[in-house]
Amino acid sequence: MNFAWHLLNGSKLSRRSASSACRRSFTSQRVMMSRHTNAKRIAGLDKNVWVAFTSVAADPSIVNLGQGYPDIPPPSYVKEALAKAASVDRMNQYTRGFGHPSLVKALSQVYGKVCGRQIDPFKDILVTVGGYGSLFSTMQALVEEGDEVIIIEPFFDCYVPMVRMAGGQPVLIPLRPKPGKIPTSSTDWYLDPDELSRKFNSRTKAIIINTPNNPIGKVFTKDELQVIADLCIKHDTLCFSDEVYEWLVYKGHQHVKIATLPGMWDRTITIGSAGKTFSVTGWKLGWSIGPEHLMKHLQTVMQNSLYTCPTPLQEAVAQGFLLNYEMMGRPECYFSALAEELEGKRDRLAAILQEAGMTPVVPEGGYFMLVDVTPLGQDLSLMAEDEAYDYKFVKWMIKEKKLAAIPVTAFVGEDSTKHFEKYIRLCFIKQDSTLEAAGNILKNWRRV
Amino acid sequence: MSRKVHSSRTEGVDKNVWVEFTQLAADYKAVNLGQGFPDFSPPEFIREAFCDALKGGPAMHQYTRAFGHPPLVKILAKFFGRIVGHEIDPLEDILVTVGAYQALFCAFQALIDEEDEVIIVEPFFDCYQPMVVMAGGKPVYIPLRPREGRAVLSSGDWVLSPEELASKVTPRTKAIVINTPNNPLGKVYKLEELQMIADLCIKHDLLCFSDEVYEWLTYDGAKHVKIASLPGMRERTITVGSAGKSFSATGWKVGWAIGSRDVIKHLKIIHQNSIYHCATAAQEAVARGFEREYEVFGAPDSYFQQLPAMLHNKRQKLATCLQSVGLNPIMPEGGYFMIADISSVKVDLNDESNKVESRDFRFVKWLIKEKGLATIPVSAFYSPEHGKEFDKYIRFCFVKEDSTLKAAEDILKKWSQRE
Repeated sequence: MNFAWHLLNGSKLSRRSASSACRRSFTSQRVMMSRHTNAKRIAGLDKNVWVAFTSVAADPSIVNLGQGYPDIPPPSYVKEALAKAASVDRMNQYTRGFGHPSLVKALSQVYGKVCGRQIDPFKDILVTVGGYGSLFSTMQALVEEGDEVIIIEPFFDCYVPMVRMAGGQPVLIPLRPKPGKIPTSSTDWYLDPDELSRKFNSRTKAIIINTPNNPIGKVFTKDELQVIADLCIKHDTLCFSDEVYEWLVYKGHQHVKIATLPGMWDRTITIGSAGKTFSVTGWKLGWSIGPEHLMKHLQTVMQNSLYTCPTPLQEAVAQGFLLNYEMMGRPECYFSALAEELEGKRDRLAAILQEAGMTPVVPEGGYFMLVDVTPLGQDLSLMAEDEAYDYKFVKWMIKEKKLAAIPVTAFVGEDSTKHFEKYIRLCFIKQDSTLEAAGNILKNWRRV
Repeated sequence: MSRKVHSSRTEGVDKNVWVEFTQLAADYKAVNLGQGFPDFSPPEFIREAFCDALKGGPAMHQYTRAFGHPPLVKILAKFFGRIVGHEIDPLEDILVTVGAYQALFCAFQALIDEEDEVIIVEPFFDCYQPMVVMAGGKPVYIPLRPREGRAVLSSGDWVLSPEELASKVTPRTKAIVINTPNNPLGKVYKLEELQMIADLCIKHDLLCFSDEVYEWLTYDGAKHVKIASLPGMRERTITVGSAGKSFSATGWKVGWAIGSRDVIKHLKIIHQNSIYHCATAAQEAVARGFEREYEVFGAPDSYFQQLPAMLHNKRQKLATCLQSVGLNPIMPEGGYFMIADISSVKVDLNDESNKVESRDFRFVKWLIKEKGLATIPVSAFYSPEHGKEFDKYIRFCFVKEDSTLKAAEDILKKWSQRE
């Protein structure tokens, strides 16, 4: 895969000297060469697991546990809030670039309460096009050539290309299963503190964490976050904390915000998502929250990239937050209610996989589950492509079994492929009928 | 943190005229003819389309195809294919973006590298310059100039000098950015003018980024011409459009880039590594809007006929009002805006502390604070090197309710009576 190549061979040549060398050699040819060549920043970034797999799974006859979006409806009050917002004239025109006032105020209320600190709605918050847009604004604002960014494997796949596009160098460190046992839970995966500490050096600009983690579902404990925080403080690095699944944490576990640890607020950008919070991934609204001295740079990127996010959608999300703010901590609050509903689905999917003879990795949070497909003993030697086992397996499974999942090696670098290629990722924020249909396919695996 | 944290690409692109002036307009509760958005509602049929989309089942609230919702790219391909007279592939030749703004961003990021030069025609929508800079490129400016030797009453009287334009091309030139109808001037480039630019693009193998967000808004019989439809231009032009401007729904932030697949594919890579998807329901609504417009294209029913007809009158009203108070408007052939020459206005701007800013900036601030009327200084749309030549103009947006235009008129009348 192209991005892995770049990872291993990360260009040490300065772009300036390379381009002027090219210019000297090819001046006469350049006039004839097409000018339609792309900028260097996108070299090697064209491959994308979603572009590859989502069109395949768009076939309605396929049971889709692949891409991470709900096939269950969002709460009706959220849809109603949008319809209501769109009926107000002013809501169909541009709003404040860095975030619609009612939304940033609601976010500042909710997260101020959660973090136990005052958050300035206008200076400490930026509303973006999804969590994705927040990650992009963060990288463009704060990462450049010469910077190293530590990324924990498995990682949401966009982190590496975004760091690369910003000119930075990704430095990977894998979560490892605890020695001596087969992982049955996301708690069985850990980060080795010594290994982590060796990844930090004077070029380290930031570390990206994702908790709850996609795809494993690990929820980092306070102690684990403290290890990371200590290193950030020691090496004076930033922390980009992707917390889009923050409300989806299951019984016995607690979501901890690394920004709330001592010394961390001033160096952390925390990312959230309306899509994941309210089951409206198609609304594409997210936010970054952090100290003004960092956020102002993200705001600069925003004002030079897309300027402002859609108004009625922001208004509706604001209404959704205000409603749930009143109910926070109570079972009626959507954040708790959704987690409870998903815990049931999580357990149902785990049982389905166990019945089919496999060992699922039960997640502490998020809406994905990893499962080792080795017990199915599927012979794929006839598939000619030179790809990791999980890629071949998923492609074969979509075609032959009409069940879609996502290969986990999409979320790791080249070196870690061999440790993860027996896993596939299943999404369980799906209707019960979808999960049951998946169960039937798996139960009848050996039947042709 | 003790070290420098921000990336170099954010340096020098942090100032923004909108942030400053919209804040000022809000603070003084000014009658706002500044920022370019309608203060009337989008047409009924498009609002209904949005409501229908919201009720359209769970898929409307979840991710759609990243490069553009299928119904939207299909109708855009059909709609614009009919206009340009050749097939547009909905999946390969179109990228849907968060407003035309993001389409421009993708174009610059995808195609402009360090040391690439980009020719920008002045006055320009202010984001082009920081976008070129953020992509590592170098902006090279060429101003439209009022024609010599006769009264300059219309945007059509502002022209490019072909010799001057040709002199701006160097071996490093990668692209030229044009905006027609133009913001802020309102110029609608004629076929001959676009041909001149096209000839240069073909001769030097340049790309052309054509910002056509105001494409339906032409007045007095002026015709919008798509440079991509000129021979030899299809393969090298990215045409940018906007649902916000087409349907008076700027807050929906749906736009698109249309071009040949070999160029659009690069924009897709930026898109998939930056925001990835655009909101589904808004795209569905825009698709339905275009489907409706496809059927009534050219007919009186068409919003793309009705909106320019409505704005034609508002444009006239504003021009008359400005003339009556001694501000000299340049009649725009297209778009949302009108610029007016403030040279004959004699006021004490009362801002001894601020001699640094250009005259139009100082005047606009004075107008907001003292008269409660918000406009935008035109030198904001010029490069530093040419700003001084053009700091006698301010920009008015006339895409406003009649009551707003009347309120502005009252302010101006009252002011001129006092002098």
